[in-house]
Amino acid sequence: MTTERAPQPVTAAANPPVQPLPSNLLPSDVVKVSATSNVPAPERELTKVAKLIDVSKCIGCKACQSACVEWNDTHPALEENTGIYENPHDLTPDMFTLMRFTEYVNPATQELEWLIRKDGCMHCEDPGCLKACPAPGAIVQYSNGIVDFISENCIGCGYCIAGCPFDIPRISKTAHVAKKCTLCSDRVAVGQGPACAKACPTQAIVFGTKEDMIAHAEERIEDLKSRGYENAGLYDPPGVGGTHVMYVLHHADKPSIYSDLPDDPRISRVVEGWKGPAKTVGLAVAGLAAVGAVLHGIFAKPNEVSAHEEEEAEELVQEEAAHHGGKDHDGDRG
Amino acid sequence: MSDERVYSAPGDVIEAKEPVVLVSRYRGFTRVNHWITAACMIVLLISGFSFFHPSLYWMTGLFGGGQMTRWLHPIVGLLLVASFFLLFVQMWKLNLPRREDVEWSLKIGDVLKGNEENLPELGKYNAGQKVVFWGMSGLIVVLVVTGIMIWEQYFPNLVSIPVRRVALAVHALTAVGAILIFIVHVYAAIWTRGTIRAMTRGTVTGGWAFRHHRKWLRELARRQDADSAK
Repeated sequence: MTTERAPQPVTAAANPPVQPLPSNLLPSDVVKVSATSNVPAPERELTKVAKLIDVSKCIGCKACQSACVEWNDTHPALEENTGIYENPHDLTPDMFTLMRFTEYVNPATQELEWLIRKDGCMHCEDPGCLKACPAPGAIVQYSNGIVDFISENCIGCGYCIAGCPFDIPRISKTAHVAKKCTLCSDRVAVGQGPACAKACPTQAIVFGTKEDMIAHAEERIEDLKSRGYENAGLYDPPGVGGTHVMYVLHHADKPSIYSDLPDDPRISRVVEGWKGPAKTVGLAVAGLAAVGAVLHGIFAKPNEVSAHEEEEAEELVQEEAAHHGGKDHDGDRG
Repeated sequence: MSDERVYSAPGDVIEAKEPVVLVSRYRGFTRVNHWITAACMIVLLISGFSFFHPSLYWMTGLFGGGQMTRWLHPIVGLLLVASFFLLFVQMWKLNLPRREDVEWSLKIGDVLKGNEENLPELGKYNAGQKVVFWGMSGLIVVLVVTGIMIWEQYFPNLVSIPVRRVALAVHALTAVGAILIFIVHVYAAIWTRGTIRAMTRGTVTGGWAFRHHRKWLRELARRQDADSAK
């Protein structure tokens, strides 16, 4: 590892280096590329990073949303207040993260619990968006686990929306490209943690190596359990190979109570089939049919009309004329 | 009674008897209609293939890149639907199945060997052509319905994401079916010599009509006076 490059960030809390440093997230650090099968093995393996969101510490202040908008220079539209806390009402091409609020009555205690979940890209180890994407290089995954959209290669088809198990990507109506949380790849590249984690006043959002984040989550879970949340746990869903954005949930046995967080997310089998066997077999079948036609054309004798048939046709036409000629004149256009 | 058309379409007529019999098979309108449909289909196959498999993505360059191809594909799709619909209206009646289609289908071996003397006399279309016609009609309906479901630019929220996944898979599979029919259609027209001129010049020779579509030729021969008196 060269010393001039920015260090890999291990926390969002510490102050980052202030001297200008070249990016430490290089094109050669890419391990998966959309619509590309032979990605060269990277020379180095970056440490896996993760963002940990502890919903039990979240106060719903939306500082993370503001920081996200500021850092990414997006301009979410002003919307009408419809009596709910979400603002804007959904993720948009200009809002990569969103606090989702749920009023949950715990059936065990009959107490109202206000569940707040910061929604956004989960940075799956096995990204469905990347699998579904038809445009080479439009979606990449770095060896540190960050899944990033490369807008100049994106064609705006929306296949990533179908591929994503979390309903995250949004297509810009003006730029016609897909947008989502980048895990602040541009900040991580220069040794800084994500803007949302930096801004969070309660450190409900923390950032670091995935290992550290799991260890930190375990402490938090222990604490929650000691305070009566016996089902507290870490949300790092194995169905997508784990994620690089994880949650500490006080009710980890029921993720879906947190604004429909999927209980067991995985890439849809329909998408797997469409992007797997269907693609290969389809191409093979079409190719075989074309080759078969060409071979038949070369080796089978053409289906030709003989001179004899031309004569027979003449006879037939003459005969029919003789039979019917003169009889049906007045029957015309009956 | 000789005016009643059973095996032929309006416009089908024996154009000349000398030096060889020439039969008009497709009017100018139908030919233009056909080639517009064909052009749309080729654009759709190329652009669709480029999204279907990464190894073919380079073909987006033919349309000015991925963004342009993504924009163009569904629009040409709608154009094809409109154009194909016109063809459908002109051709559906003579493509209805008839008794002789069963015999023809059972003798498919003779068809492929070119032993047409063993086959029943046919009207304007044989069972193979009818399969191509109805197959393509059905696939196009499926393609346009699923295509609109996945048209991100104009119908981003038309269907739920799970439905959209199915629509994407069905669209791809149906497209493979359409490609197969397209190959059969093009190849059959090439292999059966004397066919392509029906869609270029509009006429076929009497011998061609006698060999492949004798009932059609017979009906036109019987109608000669009716047609020439117009």
